[in-house]
Amino acid sequence: MEAEMDSDLGGDRLTLYGAEFSSRLLAGTAQYPSPAILSRAIAAAKAEIVTVSLRRESGGSRSGERFFALIRELGVRLLPNTAGCRSVREAVTTAQMAREVFDTPWIKLEVIGEEDTLQPDVFGLVEAASILTRDGFQVFPYTTEDLVAAEKLLGAGCEVLMPWGSPIGSGRGLNNPYALKSLRAHFPDVPMIIDAGIGAPSHAAVAMEMGFDAVLSNTAIAKAGDPVKMARAFALAVEAGRTGYRADLMQARDMAAPSTPVIGRAFSSRARA
Amino acid sequence: MGKPMPIRVIGAGVAGLTVAFECARAGLPVEVLERREGPGLGCSYLAGGMLAPWCEAESTEKLVLDLGVESLGFWTKAVPVARQNGSLVVAPARDRPELSRFARRASGFEPIDAARLAALEPALEGRFDGALFFPSEAHLDPRAAMSCLAARLAAFGNVTLRFGVDAMQAPERAGWTIDCRGLAAQDALPDLRGVKGEMLVLSTREIALKRPVRLLHPRQPVYIVPRGGGHFMIGATMIENEEPGRITARAMLELLGAAYCLHPAFAEAEIVETGAGVRPAFPDNLPKIRREGRKIYVNGLYRHGFLLAPALARRVAQIVLEDAYFPEVMDAHPCERQSA
Repeated sequence: MEAEMDSDLGGDRLTLYGAEFSSRLLAGTAQYPSPAILSRAIAAAKAEIVTVSLRRESGGSRSGERFFALIRELGVRLLPNTAGCRSVREAVTTAQMAREVFDTPWIKLEVIGEEDTLQPDVFGLVEAASILTRDGFQVFPYTTEDLVAAEKLLGAGCEVLMPWGSPIGSGRGLNNPYALKSLRAHFPDVPMIIDAGIGAPSHAAVAMEMGFDAVLSNTAIAKAGDPVKMARAFALAVEAGRTGYRADLMQARDMAAPSTPVIGRAFSSRARA
Repeated sequence: MGKPMPIRVIGAGVAGLTVAFECARAGLPVEVLERREGPGLGCSYLAGGMLAPWCEAESTEKLVLDLGVESLGFWTKAVPVARQNGSLVVAPARDRPELSRFARRASGFEPIDAARLAALEPALEGRFDGALFFPSEAHLDPRAAMSCLAARLAAFGNVTLRFGVDAMQAPERAGWTIDCRGLAAQDALPDLRGVKGEMLVLSTREIALKRPVRLLHPRQPVYIVPRGGGHFMIGATMIENEEPGRITARAMLELLGAAYCLHPAFAEAEIVETGAGVRPAFPDNLPKIRREGRKIYVNGLYRHGFLLAPALARRVAQIVLEDAYFPEVMDAHPCERQSA
């Protein structure tokens, strides 16, 4: 049964900038109780891509190398991010450093515009994205659900989008499902990864059922009472949501629609008796 | 049995000195070698000095709780430098979910209301609508504790303390070697890494606290430990790099922001010290005792040097005396992992 499921999913690959993956759950690497638990959680999540923050952990020289070496030992694809950057210039510089340290053109681009919600500054994001794509980067922009911002990011050369579910670390799930659905419908062929605000496995499942291509979770797994178990829960939820989406979900309706005919009501009298 | 060869302890941080103390009081001859000019000048110098095993259970494994509870008695009885006044955990109104999360993970506390909080810490009256109170926790001043411990050791007839010496060059033979070098032991322990921590000390007479207070925040929890004389230690960041010394503006902002959030009077305090050190940690962030014949490594105490050292030291003495084995902190030596 499981083999059947695997072979079914086997044909369902996630493609990001030409690279193919079978897992649709991306994991963060911050805030875990220890590198050992991080490593076990990534394995339980079956994640093939993890994000890593250069800015926070690197010191003046390359003194963060040992942690980065532990991350590399996970044997998964690294997606360095520009977490915490508040200006275009800062984000671009951090991206360039990340390319050097991790030897990858991939960059998850964050340009934070507001301190309380850590909301993306979409104006700065578009500007930084166009600088970086011209420089050969493959940019994964952390953006809002805004349609126009998405269009401009695609125009700036991004081939993947990472819209937020809700503010980073808030665990509120998908705050604006209407706009997310609309975004999905407008760009059916652009790989989209729901990035922030995923608090529970059910949030991840909902995002996948809506047709998003993948989900990224950091805090919800790292700060769980048992991060390894939570990682597994997320892996199952992402798989359930994706499989449900591919199986073509039924549409909700306003009235009850019996799954067996009611004409004649042969058995209803017994229930009343 | 002839005159026994001394137990050589390398490193006079909290791990080394507690090991020396436990061996010495068991009657063994001990020599402590330290490359710095005095005791406790490495990580121990910058420690918070919180003895908070029940709080730590929030983010660590049960082993830290067990060893921490075991160690409390050392600092309250054997070398009584700790004040057992309990500790408090608070959160700003907007971060209340962090407090309930903390309460679910920790143990040994009572939730208290604003009135009780004000009774315990008058300086915090009206600042928080509640807190978690851990009555059995304690705190100490790490520098005073290390001086006291070194003085107690020097008073033993069977202990020699030698500072400013490179143990690797020591020509004399030793019966046992207990390597307590902390991060410097990376040459022998390839899976040991450094985790940077930044701290600062504020001085003000406008606020008095009787016990450590932890301020929860989703991004950066911070603790404030009263050091007496109007001094407050604020710490500490946890950053995955091994860069010593340099303290960043961002770290200062975070630490000062937390202090200010706890009480606005900290804005007027004098910054008397800033510091940054690198804690030794293994991949699981748990302490280890590694034995190779008559050589023992005690390392990976991470954020919990004062909290864990006495329990580890007691085990080291039992290994030396009785060939004891402690599976909870001992594993095989990982030299084979070096190729990874």
